[in-house]
Amino acid sequence: MWLKDSSIGRKLIMSISGLFLVLFLTFHLAMNFAAVFSADAYNAICEFLGANWYALVGTLVLVAGFLVHIVYAFILTLQNRKARGNDRYAVTARPKGVEWASQNMLVLGIIVVLGLVLHAWQFWAKMQLVELQHMAGMDVDTSLVTNGVYYIQQVFSNPVYLVLYLVWFAAIWFHLTHGFWSAIHTIGWNNLVWMNRWKTISNVFSTIICLGFAFIAIWFFIQSNCSCVG
Amino acid sequence: MDKTINITLKVWRQRGPKEPGKFETYKLNNISTDSSFLEMLDILNEQLVNEDKEPVVFDNDCREGICGMCSLYINGHPHGPDSEITTCQLHMRRFKDGDTITIEPWRSAGFPVIRDLMVDRTAYDKIIQAGGYISINAGGAQDANAIPIPKRDADLAMDAASCIGCGACVAACKNGSAMLFVSAKVSQLALLPQGKVEAARRAKAMLAKMDELGFGNCTNTGACEAECPKGVSITNIARLNREFISAKLKD
Repeated sequence: MWLKDSSIGRKLIMSISGLFLVLFLTFHLAMNFAAVFSADAYNAICEFLGANWYALVGTLVLVAGFLVHIVYAFILTLQNRKARGNDRYAVTARPKGVEWASQNMLVLGIIVVLGLVLHAWQFWAKMQLVELQHMAGMDVDTSLVTNGVYYIQQVFSNPVYLVLYLVWFAAIWFHLTHGFWSAIHTIGWNNLVWMNRWKTISNVFSTIICLGFAFIAIWFFIQSNCSCVG
Repeated sequence: MDKTINITLKVWRQRGPKEPGKFETYKLNNISTDSSFLEMLDILNEQLVNEDKEPVVFDNDCREGICGMCSLYINGHPHGPDSEITTCQLHMRRFKDGDTITIEPWRSAGFPVIRDLMVDRTAYDKIIQAGGYISINAGGAQDANAIPIPKRDADLAMDAASCIGCGACVAACKNGSAMLFVSAKVSQLALLPQGKVEAARRAKAMLAKMDELGFGNCTNTGACEAECPKGVSITNIARLNREFISAKLKD
């Protein structure tokens, strides 16, 4: 199969799975923003995306997307290190015009995955997972499974978690600034004119996404630590 | 007045492909800043021969930046610190008195070291043999205006054709990928009507050969374009991706 047997095919897998995750992030942010305006609205979304069959199918597809992207990241990195040869250069320099992020995508990706584990433990494990455990007949407390706002407030009232999440968003920003345009480039949708356009779109999009998430995190931190707001 | 500098060289010495290599340090005095980098290495070799030592092996031929024979990874850059030139076009005025200059061979699994700074780049010839040509008998040359070609396409094809196949793209790439070379060779033909006919077969054959020869997977860092002595654009890589993916989808 050319998708896994050719270098462009393997890159296409990275590209498509990456673009799928970009799409997911966009929806995730849009839904989180509801929490800023109305706690009820956000909890309604949480209820809608609880342990229904469509939410579960969606979750499985999402996990598959993550797994493909992560597994291929490691496969490609190992292949590429091998292609580099046995002796490393003694002196290396990053040429002008080469993004730092582009040469450190794996490291950035690992930071993103670590953040993801924390995030899933703090939210998914207390919401959809508890609902599933309940459906499986386990004796669990389901009173808070669709109360997303409660968990947001709980996590972001803690300055340590706020800082951890901001670091996470920064890593995602770097990862996206290269990943977005690179994914488009891999599909082949690029030329001399579109190169700068895609890079600009990439930067603007990543900044909107990451500032959006950071805004929500900081908003809830201020709300739970000052009596002045809300 | 002729300005001269004293420099220290750290040169990679390796007796053969299988033998481990190491850096040797040499001191060179009174090197004219007007001399070229390769002339400086000639002076070093003369000095080594006079001391009854083995001279440093390095590739070179035309010494005017068109043949693609010279290589050398100088102070962390293929073809040295200047942009858009080959090693043979680099001059000693680019360096200061007392500088230490580190010279390494291209390092890539696809380009094994033959000796010292000379690497085996026949992998590129094999990629070209896999499909980097037009397989029709073109006959005698016809009038240039017999087949109308848009100026833009002609320019893009010419820019891609400026690739001299030196291998700096592979040397610069952290993934050891030859995509800039392959994409330039695919593009120069795919853009023109005579080459378009076999574009799909060519893209598939050349890419398969590239993968087979142990080059890495491109991750679009752009280091190849930044270090390319001819400034070949990575948008050629997007074109190769396009050609390859659409060829595979049609199969």
